[in-house]
Amino acid sequence: MSPALAAVPRRVARLLPVVVPLAFLAVLFVYPVTAIIGRGLRPGGHWQLGVVGDVIGDPYYRHVAWFTLWQAALSTVLTLVVAMPVAAVFARFEFRGRRVLWSLLLVPFVLPTVVVGAAFLALLGPKSAIGVDLHDTIWLVLAAHVFFNLAVIVRTVGGLWGNLDPALEDAARTLGASPWRAFREVTLPLLRPAIAASSSIVFLFCFTSFGVVLLLGGPRARTLEVEIYTQTARLLHLDVAAVLALIQLVGVGSALLLYARYQRRRSIAQVLRPRSEIARRPRTFAERTFVAVVLAGLGVLIALPLLLLAWRSFDTPTGPGLTYWQALDSSRRGSTLFVSPVQAVVNSLTTAAVATVVALVVGGMAAWVVARPKRGAGGDADRGGRSVVWFDAALMLPLGTSAVTVGFGFLIALNRPPVDLRDSWWLVPLAQATVAIPFVIRTLVPVLRSIDGRLREAASVLGASPGRAFREVDLPMVFRAGLVSAGFAFAVSLGEFGATVFLARSDRPTVPIAIYRFLGAPGALNLGQAMALSTLLMGLTGAVVLLIDRVRVGSLGEF
Amino acid sequence: MLDVRGITVTYAGADRPALDGLDLQVGPGEVVAVLGPSGCGKSTLLRAVAGLVAAQAGSVHLAGRDLRGVATHERGVGLMFQDYALFPHRDVGDNVAFGLRMRGVAPSRRDQRVAELLELVGLPGSARRSVAALSGGERQRVALARALAPSPALLMLDEPLGALDRTLRDRLVLELGELFASLGVAVLYVTHDQGEALGLAHRVVVMNEGRIVQQGRPAELWASPASAFVARFLGFTNLFEVDADDGAAKAPWGGVVEVDPQARRVTLMVRPAGITLVDHGAAGSMPARVAGVMFAAGSMEVRLDLDGLGPVTALVAAADSPVPGTRCGVVVDRAEVQVVAP
Repeated sequence: MSPALAAVPRRVARLLPVVVPLAFLAVLFVYPVTAIIGRGLRPGGHWQLGVVGDVIGDPYYRHVAWFTLWQAALSTVLTLVVAMPVAAVFARFEFRGRRVLWSLLLVPFVLPTVVVGAAFLALLGPKSAIGVDLHDTIWLVLAAHVFFNLAVIVRTVGGLWGNLDPALEDAARTLGASPWRAFREVTLPLLRPAIAASSSIVFLFCFTSFGVVLLLGGPRARTLEVEIYTQTARLLHLDVAAVLALIQLVGVGSALLLYARYQRRRSIAQVLRPRSEIARRPRTFAERTFVAVVLAGLGVLIALPLLLLAWRSFDTPTGPGLTYWQALDSSRRGSTLFVSPVQAVVNSLTTAAVATVVALVVGGMAAWVVARPKRGAGGDADRGGRSVVWFDAALMLPLGTSAVTVGFGFLIALNRPPVDLRDSWWLVPLAQATVAIPFVIRTLVPVLRSIDGRLREAASVLGASPGRAFREVDLPMVFRAGLVSAGFAFAVSLGEFGATVFLARSDRPTVPIAIYRFLGAPGALNLGQAMALSTLLMGLTGAVVLLIDRVRVGSLGEF
Repeated sequence: MLDVRGITVTYAGADRPALDGLDLQVGPGEVVAVLGPSGCGKSTLLRAVAGLVAAQAGSVHLAGRDLRGVATHERGVGLMFQDYALFPHRDVGDNVAFGLRMRGVAPSRRDQRVAELLELVGLPGSARRSVAALSGGERQRVALARALAPSPALLMLDEPLGALDRTLRDRLVLELGELFASLGVAVLYVTHDQGEALGLAHRVVVMNEGRIVQQGRPAELWASPASAFVARFLGFTNLFEVDADDGAAKAPWGGVVEVDPQARRVTLMVRPAGITLVDHGAAGSMPARVAGVMFAAGSMEVRLDLDGLGPVTALVAAADSPVPGTRCGVVVDRAEVQVVAP
C-alpha cells in the first residue's frame, strides 16, 4: 500500500473530531437559525431588509436592546460583588460542611428558569412569604440572576484562589503592604483571568435570559429574548424576530470572543499549590465573623427561596399535606396537561438521557480539538491557535444564542427534507444536546489540557501504540471528567426550557413545561402542583449535582 | 537589634508548641544562623518575628521597639521566602521596587535604588526581564534584592539556598557572606544545612522541637557539640554510648576516658581525623571491614564496620582510598576523642 493511502485512516481520525462537531453545529444550529432569519428577512425568496431599518429605528426596540444590555451588565456586577467574598471563604478556609456546600452551589445553576422564577415569586412576589413584594420591579429579576449565576463565579474564581500560594501575599505584607493592599496588588491581578472568564459567561446568561424575565419581569421588563418569543410565538412577526435575533447574536458573539481569548491566556500564575496545604480553619474573631456572615448570607440567598418552594408544595388550604403531590400521579380531565405530571417526569428523564449521550459524543470530540496543542513549527502553531479560538467560540454559540430562536428555528427548518424531524421524538433531545454541548466542552477541556504529554511518551517508549497509549493513559484520566460532564449535561437538559417550550408536543411535555403550564393556570391546585413538581425537579438536580462532585477528583472542569 | 524573649507559638490542633519559650538575640551587623531539622520551628520563628503568625506568649523587640500589636506591614523587617515568592505578574524591576512603592518613594529614586540593588546581587540591567524566564539562582538574587530594597533593620532568610544545586550553593554561600559583611545589616538565616550555617554565620543556633539546644560560634560548636543530637546534626557519625562509673568510662578501643563523676552513661565522639587505617592485624589495631567509600571535597570518606562495634567514618587522602570489602585495622587517636552529653 502506498504511504499516502496508508496515511488516509490517520488523516480521517485526525479530522473526524473537527468535522463531526462542526457538522452537528451546522445542521442543528446554523441551519435552523439561518432558516428563521431567512424566513423573516427573505420571505418568498426576496430580501426585504426594510424591516431592519424599521426595527433599529424604532425607539421601542432600541429600549428593549438597551434594557437587555444594562440589566445584564448590572446583574453581572451584582453577582461579582456577592460572589467574591463567598469565593474567598470557600478558597481559604476550612469549615464543616464545606464540601457539601460547594457542591450544592451548583443546584441553582442547573435548575430550570421556571422553577427559579416560581421560587422567587413565592419569596418576593405578590403573595410574598416574607411580606416583601418586589414584583414588577427590576430587583426581582436581578436577584434571580444573582441566584442563578453565583456558582459560576464562586467556583471558577474560588477554585483558582484556593490554589494560589499565600506566600505571595505574605511577601507583599513584609514589604510594607497592608492586607488590603496586598490583596489588590498581588491576589487580584492573579485572579483576573478567572474573574474575566466567569464574568463573561454570567453576562452571556443574563443577556439571553428568558424564563426569569418572562416570569418575574412584569410588562415593562422585556429583554431581546422575551421580545423574540412574543414576536414569533404570539404575533408571528418573523421579520422583526429575525432582526432582533441578529442583534442579540452580535452582542453575544462579542462576549464569547472575550471569553475564548481569556481561556488561552490562563497560565499567568505558576505559583499554584494544593488547596489542602493552604486552607485552614478561621482563627481570629474577625475571620470567624467573616465566614459566619458570608455563609449566613449564602443561606438566605440560595437556600431560602428553594426551601420556600418546597414548603409551598406541602402547604394546602387544609394545612400541611400531600394533596398536591398525590395529584401529580393523576391525569384529570380539563387539566392543563394531557398526561399525568409523573409522565412528564419520565419524559424529562428519557430525553435528558438521550441528550446527554449525544452531547458527550459530539462535545467530547470538540473538547479534544480545543485542548490539543497544535503541532507545527512557528507560524503554523500560531495560526492553529487562532483557529482553535474561533472553533471554541463557535461551539459556545448555542449557549448564548436565543434558545427561543433555536427552538423555533428547529421547528420551521427541520420539518422538510433533507432533514425532516417533524413530529420526531428526536427534536427535543437534540435541542437539549445543542445547549448542553458547551458545558461538556468546558468541563473536558481543562482536563484534556492537563494530561502531561510525557506520560504518553513514556507509554510509547515502553511499547504502546498510539491507540493503546490513549487507552492506557488518557482514557482513565478523562473517564472521571467524562462522568462529570455527563452529569452536567444531564442536569442542564433536565432544566432546559427556552427551546423545549417550542418543540415539545402537547402530549409529551417535559417537567419545566409542565411547571410553566401549571403556573399559568388559575387555582390553588394548579399552583400547588407547580410547587410540587418544582420541588421534585429540585431534588433530582440536587442529587445529580452531589453525585457529580462525589465523582470529581479535586476540581475538574472550569466550574 | 533583635531581641526575642520567651516566645511561644502553638498552632491550632498541635499537641506541642512550635516555639517553646525561645530566647534569641541578634546584634547589629551580626549574622546568626538558625540550624535545625525540618519541623523544629525555625520557619515559625521567622514568621513570628515578621508578624505573620501570632505568638501566644513572649515578646519581640526590634531596635528597641516593642512589636507587640504591630501589623506585619509596619514592622520593617526583610524576609526572603523559601520558594522566593516572586510576583509572577510583575517584572524583575517591579518586584524589587515593591517595598519602595509601599513606602511612597518617588519613582526616580525607586529606579535608582533598583539599579543599585540589581548591581549588588549580580544581575545588572535585568530590571525589565520577566520573572518566569529566570533560572533558580537568578530568582534567588531577585528575591534577595527585593527584601533588601527598603533597607530593613533586620534581614531574615528562610532556607534561601535549598532549591539550588551543590556547586551553585557553595558559591552563593561565599557571595552571601561577603554581601552581608559589606552591608552591615543584621541577619537571621534559617537552614537545615550545616555547611551553610557554619560557613556564613558569626553565631550558630541549633534548634530542635521548638527549643534552642546549643548556640555559639561555629568553631565552638564544632569543637564541643553539647549533645549527641547536635553532634549528629553537625555531621559527626562516630558516636558511641558507653557506661560510666565513678568518673571513668571504658572506651571501646581500650583505655579509659575521664568523665563527669555523676554520669552513668555518656556518649563518646571520635573525630574522623582521629581514625587511622592500618594493615589488617597490625599491632594495637582493631579489626574492621571497609563498607564503602565516598568522595568528599578532595578527601575520601571511608565507612568502616568495626567488628563488634558498628559503623565508623574515617577521612583519608584520595590517593590512600581503600577498596570496599577488604579488611583493615583501625587505630584511634585518644586526642581526638571527646565526651558529648547524651
